[in-house]
Amino acid sequence: MPSKFTHGLFSKLVRAGVLAVFTILLAFPFYWMLITSFKQNVDLYTMENNPFLFNAKPTLDHLKFLFTETRFVRWLGNTAFVGVIVVVITLILAVPAAYALARLAGRWGERLGIAIFLTYLVPPTLLFIPLSRVIAFLGLQDSLWALILVYPTFTVPFSIWLLMGFFKSIPRELEDAAMVDGLTRFGAFLKLMIPISTSGILTVVIFTFTLVTQEFVYALTFISSESNQMIGTGIPIFLVRGDVYYWGALMAACLIASLPVAFLYNLFLDRFIAGFTVGAVK
Amino acid sequence: MAVGSARVKSVGGAQSPFLSAAMFAPAALYIVMLVGGPFLLAIFYAFSDARIGNTELHFVGLENFRSILQSPSFRLAIRNSLIFTIGSQIVVVVSANILAIALENAFRGRGLVRFLILLPWVAPISLGAIGWKWLLDSIYSVISWVLVALHFYKPFNAPMWLGEPRLAIASVLLVHSWRIIPFSTVILLAGRTAIPKDIPEAAAVDGAGFWRTQFQIVIPMMRPILSVAVLFGLIFTFTDMTVVYILTAGGPFDSTQTLPSLAFALGIQGSDLAAGAAISLFLVPLLVILAYFMLRVARRSEVN
Repeated sequence: MPSKFTHGLFSKLVRAGVLAVFTILLAFPFYWMLITSFKQNVDLYTMENNPFLFNAKPTLDHLKFLFTETRFVRWLGNTAFVGVIVVVITLILAVPAAYALARLAGRWGERLGIAIFLTYLVPPTLLFIPLSRVIAFLGLQDSLWALILVYPTFTVPFSIWLLMGFFKSIPRELEDAAMVDGLTRFGAFLKLMIPISTSGILTVVIFTFTLVTQEFVYALTFISSESNQMIGTGIPIFLVRGDVYYWGALMAACLIASLPVAFLYNLFLDRFIAGFTVGAVK
Repeated sequence: MAVGSARVKSVGGAQSPFLSAAMFAPAALYIVMLVGGPFLLAIFYAFSDARIGNTELHFVGLENFRSILQSPSFRLAIRNSLIFTIGSQIVVVVSANILAIALENAFRGRGLVRFLILLPWVAPISLGAIGWKWLLDSIYSVISWVLVALHFYKPFNAPMWLGEPRLAIASVLLVHSWRIIPFSTVILLAGRTAIPKDIPEAAAVDGAGFWRTQFQIVIPMMRPILSVAVLFGLIFTFTDMTVVYILTAGGPFDSTQTLPSLAFALGIQGSDLAAGAAISLFLVPLLVILAYFMLRVARRSEVN
């Protein structure tokens, strides 16, 4: 059928065109970060230059500046530190809670599950003012521990929600068999369920970590000194000196901090979608 | 969600309330103390004269709300919050549906395309926003350069994207859309792949064209998932302050201020905790409505 063939070719071209346009629009800022990172200042700040080309030789000066003259490495370290501890706290709180809701609590499990889901919808922009007083009361102003205390407010509900779905998908017969073989309920949870659920737990680890790197409002409110910043606040606020934007270093920092998060996220994307779709996909 | 349907009394299905309470309690306690507590504290502050540095608190009734409602910046903030939330979501729904159709069938390089498309959503938004600040720079904006090169503007005469109220509003709206499009796209994509292939194929055999198949069969079948994408998109945009804070800090002259950014400006930067708390409470009504619809979607899909 020639007509069908040409139709197929036409729709392929349209699809390729649509994808090209959207990919360029969505990824362009990151491409621009890349270009800007390697351009000399004379090149960046001369209006007659075509900004799409290297009008002067590419340079590593911005990267050198970023890694030696700023606290960028320190901010990466702070973010990793907070991320790791928040992951541990999140796992300790969320894994047992999700199991309890998925398996043990019956109808109450469902209701509490919904309540947990609703707390995920409470945004930091609603809580940061009272929490700033709580932090001050605890003497944690300008301390990374303030963030470690507060970040589980959004990582725990999301993780419980994600893990509940995961535990529910494991057949009960497995635990039944283990318990007939003499394990207690808690023993079955520790020795059977947790090992089976490694991939679900790994998903929680990745997403807790990415949520920590993406957070902005609490870090902006609680942390004031330059050396205690997270990447999300340090880069946009402390790489600007007065009114001077160090665009080369800024863009390099944005790109370096974004890419690892993006890679991790992509690996676990499907599970993450499952967490958001609330059973609306079957 | 089929687990609860057949309640076979097995050992594993036996209820043990004490153990489940013990396993759930730590998380519950934490959430009550650090979400529930602060939420009540926010309400309490909104009816007080709390300021950073003041140790004494007085109950002032509705005074904060009265002065907020009279302030022009607050009215602008409400208006902007709604414009950004609804406006960007319209852009998102149209774009994400088109993109999801284009991405539906496998092709070479789909993994790479998906990675690139997802970047705005997965990269920390404060960093994405600072990238846009450079693209929209008042002097060295590449967008202005292109427009000058195409002779839309004379050199040195391109508009200040973030310096004029209308353009600043449009810029913030589009950056919000830019961020949410990837999120909605992958959610819609998941919805599309869940539709059994034979249904659109049968429609095609019956002579329905591409658009008719999409609008009369596929998109109606995707209604629950589309609602999920829209509801989350609305919530993320409505409660966000990062994009505005980085791009314009609410300016010029409060013209891009939103409820969260105004709450930050008054409550934290201006030390007026009471006013800040009162403003952020205005987020609650819309959040409650959105949460209600979210639960309805979840429940309906569970019944099916």
